[in-house]
Amino acid sequence: MLNYTFDWSIITSGQYFDWLVSGLITTLKLSAISIVMAFILGLVIAVMRMSHNKPVRWFAHIYLEFFRNTPLLVQIFFWYFGSYKILPTVINDWLNKTGFEFAAAAIALTIYTSAFIAEDIRSGVLSIPKEQMEAARSAGFSYLRSMQYIILPQAVRITIPPLVNQFLNLAKNSSLAMTIGVMEMTYQARQVESYTFKGFEAFTAATVVYLVLSIVITAMVNLYNEKVLNIHKAA
Amino acid sequence: MEQMFNFSVISDNFTYFMIGRFPHGPLGGVGLTLYLAVVSCILSFFGGLILGLLSISRFPAVRYPALAFINLVRGMPLLMVIFWMYFLLPALFGKIAENNTVIMALTLFTSAYMSRIVVAGIEGIPKGQTEAALSTGLKSWQVMLYIVLPQGLRNMIPSFVNQFVSLIKDTSLAFIVGVSELTHVATQINNRTMAFPTEIFIFIALVYFILCYAFTSLSRWLEQRLSWSKAI
Repeated sequence: MLNYTFDWSIITSGQYFDWLVSGLITTLKLSAISIVMAFILGLVIAVMRMSHNKPVRWFAHIYLEFFRNTPLLVQIFFWYFGSYKILPTVINDWLNKTGFEFAAAAIALTIYTSAFIAEDIRSGVLSIPKEQMEAARSAGFSYLRSMQYIILPQAVRITIPPLVNQFLNLAKNSSLAMTIGVMEMTYQARQVESYTFKGFEAFTAATVVYLVLSIVITAMVNLYNEKVLNIHKAA
Repeated sequence: MEQMFNFSVISDNFTYFMIGRFPHGPLGGVGLTLYLAVVSCILSFFGGLILGLLSISRFPAVRYPALAFINLVRGMPLLMVIFWMYFLLPALFGKIAENNTVIMALTLFTSAYMSRIVVAGIEGIPKGQTEAALSTGLKSWQVMLYIVLPQGLRNMIPSFVNQFVSLIKDTSLAFIVGVSELTHVATQINNRTMAFPTEIFIFIALVYFILCYAFTSLSRWLEQRLSWSKAI
């Protein structure tokens, strides 16, 4: 440590800088795709979880418990190494052509995050007084339509801050995609370290990127809480 | 569809999945996963307690560095923390066993999250109790130690158990620095046998699920019990 000479120039320009930037872009791309899919899937699971149909409710319950209680890394490995036996041949062929690493990581992140999002949405829905549902039903809306037009629009408004936090978690979790060879931020930092032996600089760069991401997003959530939901929280 | 799955790869390697080469070699598999989780959990309980208390200190010179550290760690992926430890610890202290590197990383990471639980637990105790204790002549550290913490910690128990569940899941990342816990053992067996990835990863997912679900249920039960005992 004492004879370590810092050389910040390697990460601020040139080839290694390009690696890190492409890593950041991959991280953002993976997170953006996964959060959109996870939101849609989470919404579906949340509605299923609150359904009056017992098998549907139980399916959603098992889905939630299973995917929340297994490590994301194992899920990534399952989709990457083990999913070919359970997927139809058409999908397998398509995946092999399009670069399976990214797709497997996106699928794993989507499913893992959807389980957390579903719980966030559910607690948002539970905070809407149940008279609203009763009123909607008595006005002739079906269960799904009452959800769609009355309950969910209000619930999603309250659920936005936890959802944004899920996006932040997702962006951090996407670092696990490096284990199957997706060249995202952490992968590139590791790559720069092994090419240059400048681990301190490389890891600092990646750490700063993640920190800036979380500071910006947290600030946005706080602003939303204050301006839109009128919640004032200390610290 | 003749014999789509073949789970004999699991039964053939069952002991290896559970305890690695123990007792003839180092502990591995589920045994090591639990060892890493338990040790890191105990250490990060104290780490979280200290960090939490520091982060609500009256002195800005203490409070701000603690808050900065907590937010730094919480803003980073765990994988990044592991790489930092893997890279920094040998540079600072010489050679360190991989197991301990991972325990250090998990402890740092989890302490930052535990500190938030500790703060929430302390803030959950009514202010009147602190005021009453102070007016009886106790010093502020005595108030914390004898009045606030004993009650606060009790309310934190369910959250601690949840954090332990996260830790069990997080130990899977030890795979990346070559610690032979359950996920690493699974990839090893997968690389050796080649033909049964689906069976292997479904199996270890189930093992993790059973471990985590047991503790998640425990935490829910504790939560109910605590709210019940508070009600009377």
